[in-house]
Amino acid sequence: MKNITEQIGLGEPCIQLNDVTVRFNMAGEKVDNLKEYFVKLMKRELRFKEFCALRDVSLTINKGESWALVGANGAGKSTLLKLICGILSPYKGSVRVRGSIAPMIELGAGFDPNLTAKENIYINGAVLGHSRKFMKEQYDNIVEFAELWDFMDLPIKNYSSGMRARLGFAVATVVDPDILIIDEVLAVGDKSFQKKCRDRIREMQKKGVTLIFVSHAKPPVLELCEHAIWLDHGRICKVGATEEVYEAYESFLDEKTKKTAAK
Amino acid sequence: MKKFIHMCRCWITRFLKYWDLLVLLVQRDLKLKYRRSFLGYIWSVLNPLLSMVVMAVVFSAMFKRKIPHFPVYLICGNILFSFMRESTNKALTSVIENGSLLKKANVPKYIFTLSKITSCMVNFVLSLGALVIVMIATGVPFRWSNLLIVIPTVELYVFCVGLGMLLAAVTVFFRDIRNIWSVVTLAWMYLTPIFYSLGSFYNDNEPNKILASDAIGLFIRRFNPMYMYIQQFRSFIIQNHDAWEVPTPELMIRGAIVAVVFLIAGVATFNLTQKKFILYI
Repeated sequence: MKNITEQIGLGEPCIQLNDVTVRFNMAGEKVDNLKEYFVKLMKRELRFKEFCALRDVSLTINKGESWALVGANGAGKSTLLKLICGILSPYKGSVRVRGSIAPMIELGAGFDPNLTAKENIYINGAVLGHSRKFMKEQYDNIVEFAELWDFMDLPIKNYSSGMRARLGFAVATVVDPDILIIDEVLAVGDKSFQKKCRDRIREMQKKGVTLIFVSHAKPPVLELCEHAIWLDHGRICKVGATEEVYEAYESFLDEKTKKTAAK
Repeated sequence: MKKFIHMCRCWITRFLKYWDLLVLLVQRDLKLKYRRSFLGYIWSVLNPLLSMVVMAVVFSAMFKRKIPHFPVYLICGNILFSFMRESTNKALTSVIENGSLLKKANVPKYIFTLSKITSCMVNFVLSLGALVIVMIATGVPFRWSNLLIVIPTVELYVFCVGLGMLLAAVTVFFRDIRNIWSVVTLAWMYLTPIFYSLGSFYNDNEPNKILASDAIGLFIRRFNPMYMYIQQFRSFIIQNHDAWEVPTPELMIRGAIVAVVFLIAGVATFNLTQKKFILYI
């Protein structure tokens, strides 16, 4: 088991990645039926179309720190988060995570559209590993935070994406985790809810949570994180203070835009 | 050895942690199955009852050899076989269908397969109501030994868990299985004595002469796991001491062995391949 819950002090490493490489089969070349499999086997093409989502990434994150992940689409940000959550396992290298994780890779992953919001809260809680008893105790807090009192008996399929995000965020932050992982999920809510979420994140930071945050919007990143990592094509381009990394990343983007314009 | 014990302990704590999820998923399946239908759970009883009536009408005229208590004989075979068919069919897609969730949360993947098979099991238990109704209607006496049906039921459940996990894992890599499995279960149904009895394969008058159909009968007796469970189940409901049938204690042992073998094969396949699931769903 990777997640050993143990008490570790502030400043001690809680996430360590050593030379991690993650390899995928290219999505378009997915072989998922027998005929194709044997044809490819005959042609010896099976292992050729590979794609490294992350290459030789080494990283140490200490407890209580807040890190932002920046980079273009497809740079490997989500892959890195999934690796830390234990959803993906590395092809090469090692991942060591200490402490409990509250993953918010997609809010309300596992919401069943046909079930009511109330039923979904319990299932989502169970997916995150909370017992039903615990969820019963926390139920009122969750509804209160999501501000969806009148809609709890409505099937989720009738919810808007913003409402779904509210519910998802409320369930995901019901515990005080050691590590909080947020992947561009705050963009859907309205202004006041976004502020509420940021307040809650900051509150958790004060309690010593380790934050890993992905967002394309600059202000929340600067507000919440002191460190940043810039990923490009699966490699780490720059690690450092948020301002510095963001400047480098932005100037890189500007240049790219200019180049495209020149063409 | 020490490592093995440690692994087991980790596995058990993780299973207990997600026990509530298993319960909730089973509840979800049952809730959604009959949501918005007028009769709701009554369908679990009504459905096998009605299909038994149809089959009884169709088949009672077709076979020369009279099977005693034919309606009860039929419904026993039917509910057991449909449990197997339904649970394996659902288990087959259990990993793929929950792909979006498995990509985003670190949940033990077998929970989804197990929950599908378990919800079918609950449905099966409900459909025993239909069996009771038919027994009353046709005047089959109730005995304490009827309760022994628990044994073949548990064996069948374990068998289906093993088979289901095997199918779920293989289907992630080869989606073809989904299409072929319905054909396989169809052939399997005809090779299982549900509406006929094994005796119809054997020739009473010339016991020494081997007919082509004798070979099929032999094959079913020896190798069809569903025969082991269905015949065992029936023998606890109606005492049919047909000389062609394998004696019940032997079926019990063979059924248990087959169930455990399938369970081990299913769990092993699932465990060995589950790390790669995420790349294919």
